[in-house]
Amino acid sequence: MLDTLDPLILARIQFGFTVAFHIVFPAFSIGLASFLAVLEGLFLATGRQVFMDLFKYWLKIFAIAFAMGVVSGLVMSYQFGTNWSVFSDKTGPVLGPMMAYEVLSAFFLEAGFLGVMLFGMSKVGPRLHFAATLMVAFGTFFSAFWILSVNSWMQTPAGYGTNAEGQFVPLDWWAIVFNPSFPFRLVHMVLAAYLTTALVVGAVGAWHLLRDRANPAARTMFSMAMWMAALVAPVQIFAGDAHGLNTLEHQPAKVMAMEGHFQSHPDGAPLVLFGLPDQEAGTIRYAVEIPKLSSLVLKHSLDAPLAGLDSLPRKDWPPVPIVFWSFRIMVGLGMLMLLLGAISLLARWRGALYRWRPLHRFAVAMGPAGFVAVLAGWITTEVGRQPYTVYGLLRTAQSASPLHGPAVAASLTAFVVIYFSVFAMGVLYILRLMAQPPHEGESGIEPGAPIRTAGITPAPSVDPDRHLQPAE
Amino acid sequence: MVYSVDLTVIWAFVIAFAVFAYIVMDGFDLGIGILFPALRPGPERDTAMNSVAPVWDGNETWLVLGGGGLFAAFPLAYAVILPALYAPIIAMLLGLIFRGVAFEFRWRDPGHRAAWDVAFTGGSVVAALAQGIALGALLQGIAVEGRAYAGGWWDWLTPFSLLVGVSLVVAYALLGATWLVMRTEGLLQLQARRFAQRLTIATVAAIALVSAATPFLQGRYFERWLAMPNVLVSAQVPLLVALAAVALWRTLRGGGERAPFLIALGLFALSFLGLGISIFPDVVPGRITIWQAAAPEASQMFMLVGASVLIPIILIYTAYSYWVFRGKVDAHGYH
Repeated sequence: MLDTLDPLILARIQFGFTVAFHIVFPAFSIGLASFLAVLEGLFLATGRQVFMDLFKYWLKIFAIAFAMGVVSGLVMSYQFGTNWSVFSDKTGPVLGPMMAYEVLSAFFLEAGFLGVMLFGMSKVGPRLHFAATLMVAFGTFFSAFWILSVNSWMQTPAGYGTNAEGQFVPLDWWAIVFNPSFPFRLVHMVLAAYLTTALVVGAVGAWHLLRDRANPAARTMFSMAMWMAALVAPVQIFAGDAHGLNTLEHQPAKVMAMEGHFQSHPDGAPLVLFGLPDQEAGTIRYAVEIPKLSSLVLKHSLDAPLAGLDSLPRKDWPPVPIVFWSFRIMVGLGMLMLLLGAISLLARWRGALYRWRPLHRFAVAMGPAGFVAVLAGWITTEVGRQPYTVYGLLRTAQSASPLHGPAVAASLTAFVVIYFSVFAMGVLYILRLMAQPPHEGESGIEPGAPIRTAGITPAPSVDPDRHLQPAE
Repeated sequence: MVYSVDLTVIWAFVIAFAVFAYIVMDGFDLGIGILFPALRPGPERDTAMNSVAPVWDGNETWLVLGGGGLFAAFPLAYAVILPALYAPIIAMLLGLIFRGVAFEFRWRDPGHRAAWDVAFTGGSVVAALAQGIALGALLQGIAVEGRAYAGGWWDWLTPFSLLVGVSLVVAYALLGATWLVMRTEGLLQLQARRFAQRLTIATVAAIALVSAATPFLQGRYFERWLAMPNVLVSAQVPLLVALAAVALWRTLRGGGERAPFLIALGLFALSFLGLGISIFPDVVPGRITIWQAAAPEASQMFMLVGASVLIPIILIYTAYSYWVFRGKVDAHGYH
């Protein structure tokens, strides 16, 4: 029975599972690192205690998220070799150096300065400590830079040749690093990380405003987060559109799957809003569509012809239903983020930002939206690249390690069980920290500091407003 | 061609350096995890944990560099070794997950601190054991066909690989104990000193056993170590190990605080040197040399530019970070 397990499918599930868990933490810590740097910078510039309180409040959360990002990232750096050894052998000369740069310039920067950032506040003085915080923030950005360059090369390979052993070899590093989809993906992902963090910070601020609208730290964080949402959400939609047009140019099959275009449309393609994609039959059932709008969006002309998947052999089709739905989830959440930002601007203009409860409830509900949108976006782009690992050049089926089914089944089971238990606990601890209202003279995380005694006298149990807490 | 040969050797040394840096730096904090059950819950454990809390994730990053560097500079070796060592590598990664999160979680959740302490120890022991087993499995040789691993998924499990696994657990514990001798005071230091003495004996025994078994794994090792004239050079390594062991024992008995840790590092360096004598210039012993596995010159050169600037910077600020957190530590963190 065990021998019938398909190691390829299992390896794909394992990679998808572990990378999906992993991306959640960097998406949060990239944004949070920058937010922390801004808070500390504002404190140094203005001397206002509320910024330091917020810094320490979010630093505790950052420490947990970062630890989970480190350990889940470690798994990723080895999984290319354990499960995708043929891919590693063939792409190593091109992708390996970029991954090495990621480790060197980024991971080290983060991990090396993180100790000072987390524990060194009283050791190194405020300016050096701020420098450490900035280094951590830059480190998270460089990390994203290199790893997104690697991913983008797999989507839109450039600057390579091949050698006698069948390996991809570098010919032009500039063309490899700045391959055609990279600038778009980098902007789209970094904005997504900022937006995700803003939504989390906004949700936590809103949660505490619902309990105590006078809490100055809750006010400050909510206001900052809503500025971010209002400014970044529209920019992100614009960046996403540009990214989509770039994908149309380089990976048309992915866009066909996103749009649900099984058929070619020689005189204007409709925009399919919803429907049930049927991969076998090659059609969208119960399609709700707007005529010619897709051609307008993608080609800026109502009657522009758009090819469909019927123009490609079936063996080159990505799994349409997954790509179709994950794309709609991402776009739908993006629209809700835009709406949240717009409502917050309206509330701010009318001076009701801190007392308009429906806005606060909406913000709380949108707290996890960024993570869902990030995952949906990655599923769209990664599943949309199928059936290739290196688009058009190396098939997924020809990339895997020569492993036996039971070995991969065992490791996949272990990953699922351990990730759910360990990371669920981590998320629980983060939520517990978030449930505590930020207060003046917030404690840091220096070992031996009052956070340990917080377990003895839990702040929520002595909070007189606790019974006012809304049920959501 | 001569030029690219040089680059390949340089990269072999860079990766060997990263692996060694990982072994000694994560070694002492894994060692703390291995010793954890022997320490009393409360201030003793808190102190031991605090002594490594600010540096462990920087230490672990060297493992990412070792793996990433192998992928970049020797992709064929990366593609052959990792599937061959599938089970121990996955076990190591899962062990490191438990251990890594335990650093944060045990402070966050005093109600479950005992459980996270078990996770900390369990993760540390599994990671150390798996690293040792992986090393042992690599040394005893792995089956290669064409450009891929050709063995089964239990090939790694042999008495020799288990011996190396247990040896590494013991040796990491020694490193952890000497670290505590250096960084703590009072009763905890006294206790660590006693552990370190016993672990010195155990480590020397482990080194002797592994060294005695290695030459008989593959004919090449035998020639390297025991045939004339190589033996004249290679015999210096066990002699130095014996000297270091005696010195370690004396400083532990004589009340040295920093010396035991430094000498323990020396023991690791000698063992690592011995490993190098066994396998260089192979990267998959007996199967693939570093030149066969090497990435093209353009790849190695591109990386070397960055590495030669960044690795020294990393070393400087790692040293700075250790300097900031120097001195004795107690349950309330660094003073």
